[in-house]
Amino acid sequence: MTIEMIVTKRFDNLNAHEIDEYEATGGYQALRKALTMTPAEVHDEVRTASLLGRGGAGFPAGVKWGFCPPNVWPRYLVVNGDESEPGTYKDRQLLERDPHQIIEGCLLTCYAVGLSQCFLYIRGEMAHAQERVARALNQAYAAGYVGKNILGSDFSVDIVLHWGAGAYIVGEETALIESLEGNRGMPRLKPPFFPAAVGLYGKPTIVNNVETMANIPFIVERGGDAFAAMGAENSKGTRVFAVSGHVNNPGVFEVEFGTTTFRDIIMGDDYAGGIRDGKSIKAYIPGGASAPWFYEEHLDIPLEKTTVDQAGSMLGSGAIVVMDEDTDMVKACHNVVRFFARESCGKCTPCREGTTWLERILARILAGQGRPSDLSLLMEVSENISPGIAWPPRQTTICPLGPSAVSPIASALERFRDEFEAYITLSDRRVIPVGAA
Amino acid sequence: MTDIADAESEAEGVEATEPEPPPGVPFTVNGEQFYAEPGRMLIDACEDAGAYIPRFCYHPRMKPVGMCRMCLVEVDTGRGPGLQPSCMLTVSEGMVVDTESEATKKAQDGVLELLLINHPLDCPVCDKGGECPLQDQTMSYGPGESRFVEEKRHFEKPIPISDTVYLDRERCILCDRCTRFAKEVAGDPLIHFMDRGNQTQVNTFPEDPFSSYFSGNTVQICPVGALTAKPYRFKARPWDLNEIESTYPNPMGDRVTIQSSRNEVLRYLGVDSDAVNWSWLADRDRFSFEATMHDERLTTPLVRGDSLGNASDDGDELVATTWSVALTKVVEALEDANNNAGPASVAVIGGARLTNESQYAWARLAKGVIGTDNVDAQLGDGLPGDVVASLPRGTIERACAPGSTVVLMSGDPKEELGTLYIRLRHACAEDGVKLIELTPNETGLTRYAALSARVRPGDIGAVAAAITSGDTASREKAIGSVSSAELDELAAALAGAGPITVIAGRTSLADHAALSVEAINAFAGLDDAVFLPGLRRGNVNGAIDMGLAPELLPGRTSLDAAGSWFAEQWGSVPAAPGLDTAGILGAAATGRIAVLVLLGADPLADFPDPELAQQALDTADLVIAVDPFINSSVAAAADIVLPAASFGEVDGSHTNLEGRISPIRQKVTPPGTARPDWMIAAEIALRLGKDMGFASVEEIADQIAAVSPLHTDADAAAIDAAIDGLVVPLVEDPSRPTRFAWRDQGAPEEPASYDSYSYRLVVDRTMYDAGTQTAHCPSIAGLAPDGAVRINSHEASRLGIDAGSTVRLSSKRASIECTVRIDERIARGTATVAHNHPGLDVRSLIEVGEPVTDVRIETV
Amino acid sequence: MRIAADILSRYPVKKSATIPLLHLAQEQDGYVTDEAMEHIAELVEITPAEVLGTCSFYEMFKRAPVGEYRINICHGIACHLLGADDLIHHAEETLGVRQGTVTNDGKISIEGVECIAACTEAPCLQVNYRYMNKVTNEGFDALVGGLRDGSVSVPKHGTLAIARQQIPEDKAAGNAMVEENTPPAWWPTDEGGD
Ligand SMILES: Cc1cc2nc3c(=O)[nH]c(=O)nc-3n(C[C@H](O)[C@H](O)[C@H](O)COP(=O)(O)O)c2cc1C
Ligand code: SF4
Ligand code: FES
Repeated sequence: MTIEMIVTKRFDNLNAHEIDEYEATGGYQALRKALTMTPAEVHDEVRTASLLGRGGAGFPAGVKWGFCPPNVWPRYLVVNGDESEPGTYKDRQLLERDPHQIIEGCLLTCYAVGLSQCFLYIRGEMAHAQERVARALNQAYAAGYVGKNILGSDFSVDIVLHWGAGAYIVGEETALIESLEGNRGMPRLKPPFFPAAVGLYGKPTIVNNVETMANIPFIVERGGDAFAAMGAENSKGTRVFAVSGHVNNPGVFEVEFGTTTFRDIIMGDDYAGGIRDGKSIKAYIPGGASAPWFYEEHLDIPLEKTTVDQAGSMLGSGAIVVMDEDTDMVKACHNVVRFFARESCGKCTPCREGTTWLERILARILAGQGRPSDLSLLMEVSENISPGIAWPPRQTTICPLGPSAVSPIASALERFRDEFEAYITLSDRRVIPVGAA
Repeated sequence: MTDIADAESEAEGVEATEPEPPPGVPFTVNGEQFYAEPGRMLIDACEDAGAYIPRFCYHPRMKPVGMCRMCLVEVDTGRGPGLQPSCMLTVSEGMVVDTESEATKKAQDGVLELLLINHPLDCPVCDKGGECPLQDQTMSYGPGESRFVEEKRHFEKPIPISDTVYLDRERCILCDRCTRFAKEVAGDPLIHFMDRGNQTQVNTFPEDPFSSYFSGNTVQICPVGALTAKPYRFKARPWDLNEIESTYPNPMGDRVTIQSSRNEVLRYLGVDSDAVNWSWLADRDRFSFEATMHDERLTTPLVRGDSLGNASDDGDELVATTWSVALTKVVEALEDANNNAGPASVAVIGGARLTNESQYAWARLAKGVIGTDNVDAQLGDGLPGDVVASLPRGTIERACAPGSTVVLMSGDPKEELGTLYIRLRHACAEDGVKLIELTPNETGLTRYAALSARVRPGDIGAVAAAITSGDTASREKAIGSVSSAELDELAAALAGAGPITVIAGRTSLADHAALSVEAINAFAGLDDAVFLPGLRRGNVNGAIDMGLAPELLPGRTSLDAAGSWFAEQWGSVPAAPGLDTAGILGAAATGRIAVLVLLGADPLADFPDPELAQQALDTADLVIAVDPFINSSVAAAADIVLPAASFGEVDGSHTNLEGRISPIRQKVTPPGTARPDWMIAAEIALRLGKDMGFASVEEIADQIAAVSPLHTDADAAAIDAAIDGLVVPLVEDPSRPTRFAWRDQGAPEEPASYDSYSYRLVVDRTMYDAGTQTAHCPSIAGLAPDGAVRINSHEASRLGIDAGSTVRLSSKRASIECTVRIDERIARGTATVAHNHPGLDVRSLIEVGEPVTDVRIETV
Repeated sequence: MRIAADILSRYPVKKSATIPLLHLAQEQDGYVTDEAMEHIAELVEITPAEVLGTCSFYEMFKRAPVGEYRINICHGIACHLLGADDLIHHAEETLGVRQGTVTNDGKISIEGVECIAACTEAPCLQVNYRYMNKVTNEGFDALVGGLRDGSVSVPKHGTLAIARQQIPEDKAAGNAMVEENTPPAWWPTDEGGD
């Protein structure tokens, strides 16, 4: 079943990152069209499209754009290209393979919302993406698409390429803004600071994900209705998923929301092509490391926000990580928890101290020094970070990173408790002196 | 619900007889309804309502960050109960808060357990033990025995982050209080969070210590024992400290708690006074108890004697004696002087150190008993007493209120007035107060100033006149270094300004005081301008209000305005106006002063003309010193030394630059037989056969309230009762003489001429210098920088000299050698030297009596 | 220095240039020196302590010399599942160094790092932030060999991007300054419906 690609349509074209190739394939037409419309009209198209943010939170972009308080200027656009959620591999591809599409998306957004300057915040480790986007921007400036009086109109905006420097938490939008201001990337408490009202330099700021931007040119060119015609009731259009782990054909696939299921994308031949070596599936992470795990019984859930949320997880950052029957779940769990422990910004006590404690307990269990009490301890420490250990999570912290460390523990302990116990009984037999970790 | 509430209040509004509902936003705490002023933080509102919420990062004087998560409580704003940090949430109508619910307790216990897992729990050896919020909350909220079996986080044990403060990063709970203080309050962000996540630590940049004049405050606000103060470390345990609230004798009148143990003062803590210091203190003051406790304090009276310790009037040593012997000599000397040359042959210099009551006692002794008006609490480094007395006064609150404008025409508040800098900085940075600087060099506030003009010494009067007067002609050409455009800008800013507060003092000791007076004169012409005197000596404002200045009588009044009234009250007053310190020293130098009393004064070190001071001390027949220490003048010339009790050892009251009177309280007993200054005055009066009518501090205060035109109703009881002090005048009493009104000081002189080869000399002051008190505080004595001449890099390269090289500074009067320090805050065309820095006495250069002093700089 | 000026000119508030300038410093010296931080503090008008506070928060900034080639082996969940630990083990064995340390010739250091966004290519690594996908032990040895004998060329540590953004004077729209509270030129006076 083939659908129309929206954001990856140029991926087969290895020169799509060059401006003339981009123009030759319909690039910057949406911009020309937009300049014949009023900003409000452009904004309305995006509203009609009811495009959900692709960064993880899945908030409708058109609605967010409307949150800028009137008569407060300037307004800024910050594009979130800090992609670091384990399993996630889409924004980097969009930036490397079709940078002009992102640039055009930014321009349209600035035009529609009256944003006077755009900062393209790209994860520091992505040197190649940095180069591709820098080059694309230089071309776009030369061609008069970006900068002063764009295409001879009175629309003027600079797009500034900004380098991150390695900190997952900076992906969180308020941390992103702190980082862009030259500070430590520590999230601000929301409220009072919702970026759309009080963001960069205390001014109204729209923060959107790279993939979100990539959708805008299509929406403006073909109209919000054309976009809304694709996808499911509550998730319009398409979504890029990276399927990784124990699959035959790991890859990045753009699929239409709703029409495809997890089974299709993990097992389907035109997608990830099933589990390697004919093994069976043990578990999979449906939407990035923060998401609670899914299992075989969830395979027939369609890739669509509402159903996935109801099933107790999220599509999050479009990262599907598959684990086969041989996977050591204690190791996998520790691996994900270690990630969050290492990436905690350190601002909130429960996350700074709690995630590290969880990681060290798991490490101790793996090292054969687990104690029977550790399993309940894991849950109780988790409770202190995310009371009730429910989904969607409640939190004693400022941002959701802390609670994210709880998801894998809750999932693994619920489903694979025996594996943890195995490690612990093993260590009991090996009588290891207490606390020798 | 809302509507009904409104309806009710309206109904009651109509029914005037009905009781009004309490003002503010209704909200519910643990089932009971309370009212909070709109915008009040939930954590504070709950505390007001009697439900204290534990907290670590929240501090009412700093922006909330909501980091520690200790203050989580269950809050319901209509969408069902949820955990919220009460330090980040303002009370809203109908908010329902539960500070005791299961969820709340569980969250708080959880946070506490997590805070403790990496904490060393070394309470027994921790200075904070016994007064530690972490310890207390562990007792009252925390879980018991730790389930944390892993190894704790390790850091090198306490590291010095400044000369006075140590940091133990293992105890630190990363509440961001000290770091926020450094940035938000002191404006010196030299400590900062470093590294990330579980490895986060507070630290300084390598080799760049937290050298802030206010670093000691971080010790006071640290909620654990991570930050400790060198002067206090391991000195005592909180439970054997007892304390009393008092007022620190600096021009701000900072409110402090004095803590002592076994009759030894061990610590000063700032008290959160809304009106004044907001709980902050400058380190110089915070650690000054070291001087009080210093073993060089005088414990007995001293008289001249020989090396064997035998008293003999021509001996060249000072030897111990008894009070009665010393006082007898004093009284004989005073009587002889009176009989031989009349009362005017007696003079009193100093008194700024004293309490209001002691100042009054000495003023009355000098003017009412002895009959001399040769009395001056200032040492030629301030403003004339009559000028200060007649200034329309402002308050700190008015100066710092949003929309107001502050004009700075004094020394750098950051260097000279500690907490005033903190208040002004906050006002400019946070509350949009407009600061206009008219100073020779940049100050600690320049970064926050709306306009900052570099006014060359000598030009201040003309500049002030030009920018305050309506006629634009006076602004057509530049005045010194202030361009015509700048003048217009300044004038416009003032014209459009809200209420104006002028901080008036001396911008340079090398300038003639008359120049500052001219400038004050110009601003006094503006209708809504009020003043805060920018004088830096302890209780100098009290001294002026108590009449320790020539021509003045207690209550900012004068001999000719109130002479007869005080003659009635006191029995007599001086026949004629007397001399200020310069005049007194001049008279003494020419043999016209028989008895010179140094009331805690050190003219040799402080008077701008050391040669004159030296002659005066040499020539005066008899020099009597009343002092806690032997300062350089005392050592050089005193014939009789009376040991005085100092701050912490006396009761009384203090007057700050607003004219705010607040209580000073005794905590420990003076060393040896040292006595409060007022007692010494009273004793001398009695021996002269005059009873001044008081035998206690209270009686003095009541007498002041009874006679002073300024202090009506400000009696002992009233002072004692006022939490934030009393700003005089409280009431005008028509039956008393009028106080000074501002009198026009005449048109400004022509600014002194200036040749482009030489530099204008600025003599300024810094927080730390070689002054007697600082010198007796081991922890900070070393912080006074060595003397040097400061010029900016432009001038340095123009002269072809670089930092550290030695140059010769020459004025018409003298020349000295000193090293060069490059300082970009120094204006072009000026050379700046700090007064009283170790190893360099700049005063000999100053052409006393001239409007300004020019110097040449030559390499040697 | 010219580049530094360019960078500074792109932000309405100087402090925003801190991270890009730290990258620039690391590019020049291979790591971020104290002197560099002091210099940056002057440029962006904050204290060195504030610069260090920011610098030390981010993974990529090293404050001591590191290997000429930093090999970051991903041990994120996807790579973990496909044998990242074995690869790291192999690397440590063959190079005779532990994670975070440098080979004796000062050329190569290895580090296990969190997800580098190449999950479908697991196990993967970066050499000075240049990717190598689906890495086998043999592939790793070949890479190391190539780096040593120069047959594999990778910009030295610190070089972030070879191509830089250039905003030509005449094309620049200019920074949106925080103070000026005016809508952009193209914004309809009637608030355009928002
Ligand atoms: C811990 C954390 C990490 C995040 N990382 C990213 C990220 O790497 N990229 C991203 O686009 N959004 C990330 N987000 C979501 C952003 O906060 C924000 O919702 C998003 O960038 C908004 O853009 P969108 O509305 O277009 O999705 C993260 C959120 C959290 C709490
Ligand atoms: S939850 Fe963790 S990452 Fe998020 S703000 Fe708190 S400490 Fe930082
Ligand atoms: S006091 Fe509220 S979070 Fe620390």
